[in-house]
Amino acid sequence: MMIVLVIRALVNLNGPGHYLHWGFIQISVANVLLIALMVVVFVGAILIPFRRGKGRNR
Amino acid sequence: MSIETGSPGPQTHAGPDSRQWTARARKAAVAAFPPERLLPDRQPAYMASWIYVFGILTLVSLAWVILTGCVLAIMGPTWWHMSTVGLFVNSLHLWSVEAFFFFMVIHLWGKFFMAAWRGNRRLTWITGVVTFVISVGAAFTGYLSQQNFDSQWISTQAKDGINASGAGAIFNVLNFGQMLMWHIVLLPLVVVALTGVHVLMVRRRGIVPPFVVEGDAASSAPNSSPVETEDDS
Amino acid sequence: MSAAKGTAKPRRFNPDRDVEDWHGAYVPYDILKEALVALLVVGVLIAGLSIIFSSPDEHPVTLKSWTANDPVDFAQTAITELDGTSAVATYGPPYNATPGSSQSIGFFSPEKWFGVRHPVNTAQDFVIDPLRTLPNRPALTAVLNRYTSAPSSQQALWTAAYEKAVTKASFAHGALRVPAGRYGPVAPMMSALTSMARSGSLDGALLSSSQFYDTNYTKPLLYIADGTYLANLAGQQHLQGNQWGMMNETGSFPGQAWLWLYTLWYQVPPMNSSPNADLQVWAIMMGLTVLLVCLPFIPGLRSIPRWSRVYRLIWRVHYRELQGPATT
Repeated sequence: MMIVLVIRALVNLNGPGHYLHWGFIQISVANVLLIALMVVVFVGAILIPFRRGKGRNR
Repeated sequence: MSIETGSPGPQTHAGPDSRQWTARARKAAVAAFPPERLLPDRQPAYMASWIYVFGILTLVSLAWVILTGCVLAIMGPTWWHMSTVGLFVNSLHLWSVEAFFFFMVIHLWGKFFMAAWRGNRRLTWITGVVTFVISVGAAFTGYLSQQNFDSQWISTQAKDGINASGAGAIFNVLNFGQMLMWHIVLLPLVVVALTGVHVLMVRRRGIVPPFVVEGDAASSAPNSSPVETEDDS
Repeated sequence: MSAAKGTAKPRRFNPDRDVEDWHGAYVPYDILKEALVALLVVGVLIAGLSIIFSSPDEHPVTLKSWTANDPVDFAQTAITELDGTSAVATYGPPYNATPGSSQSIGFFSPEKWFGVRHPVNTAQDFVIDPLRTLPNRPALTAVLNRYTSAPSSQQALWTAAYEKAVTKASFAHGALRVPAGRYGPVAPMMSALTSMARSGSLDGALLSSSQFYDTNYTKPLLYIADGTYLANLAGQQHLQGNQWGMMNETGSFPGQAWLWLYTLWYQVPPMNSSPNADLQVWAIMMGLTVLLVCLPFIPGLRSIPRWSRVYRLIWRVHYRELQGPATT
């Protein structure tokens, strides 16, 4: 429970947002993190070995 | 009918040559979706990648969107502004929507790089993309239904694009009652129906096999000229 | 694959369209268990996100809060509603029939074709009719009658003078103050309307103007959006169009990242300065959506997966198994 309260205090999403600017592109930090996470998860899904028969698929 | 055993007597269903709509529909459904294809317990050995879990992750995220949406519907659209439990359920609804799009886009990327439309699977691809587009609309009407500053801004901005397309004549984003009903009735019905067709298509055609790479041992019969019939859909 | 019915027509194998039937191995797989595990995993994920981050809920703007925070902006907006120069008054279909206001691409103008479907007369609906709902105000009734019975040229003189003066207006001791001038009945009308808005009764008058149970917020929303107060609040939250606002959410919450391409077109020429930008962007996105839907039929585009060779990574276990044990 303590760790939840700590994270909540550090990351209160109701505060003002932060934005990144590259030329004409403006994007929120939250959206950048989300898109970056999607790319990481996609690449991870392809690269991380998938072991068959590891308990679930018997 | 036998009373003692409860077992069915003769003439409980029409014969194989029946012209009845019901009999013909049942026969076609069972032919297209025999039980072992509808609920398989085997999958092709080439399905050995984590990318394959994103379809089911998208599906269960949709289930959570609908379930949490039902709880919000039980208590009405203003509940979440006045109750901490309501706010929590609203948060579950919002994050399940974020998860739904997160997993769906990764699923789309994976299916694109697999060229998953190959082998008569074009309708599977089409229903998937259309479901994605309709889901964006469903999420949009959800944002409009929040009854807060966000709804006000989104509706007054979005009206210009929607009016320009002519859709604003019917689809009035400033009409909360209309948008709420599109969000909780019409669009979920369409999304669920399309998702159902999409999943049935996956079951019907199976998971797309890999590309054949030059020099690999052929996985099919030596005669590798495929024949497509006129009635393939 | 063999012909079941109809004519069998041999076609050349196209690796971007066709597949070889799979006659290889199958492995056990528990689809229902996988579904249940996925349901629980995602359930835990969204519960965690909800507990930690919750969800945003910024209070809505009302005509009351708008006038409380910026009464001069309200008055500046209200006078343009009365004289028919506001954005809503000159919007055109579906709200009113202002010539030349509809967006078009060449002859293509669906907005114009569908016509006025949600009629809004800003002078009547936003000013005169709400003021007439105030009870026991004989002086106000006389002022309203003086305005409505005056010829339109006289009305235009009064409203133009007031519109120029209200840019220098101030608000003190609960009343709107504009520099002295010849505004006829318009000045008391605007003062009364501003007070009505500050009391909250203008919100109610706009909403229940047609019936008791009304869920259609077209009028109050158009009114509020015509001012700068709502837009300024949105600008502070990076929600405006030129801030890529379509993708954003209030606070620091992730927004609608999937709208990146839709909003991108608004930022680039010629859409970023075009009066027909909305129709142009909509047309582009419709075209791209059709392309994506029809991808399986488009040679070249449907070959990208094969050319990119990402599939070599996805199916590397399969290709390794085909090579046989000697190469592992």
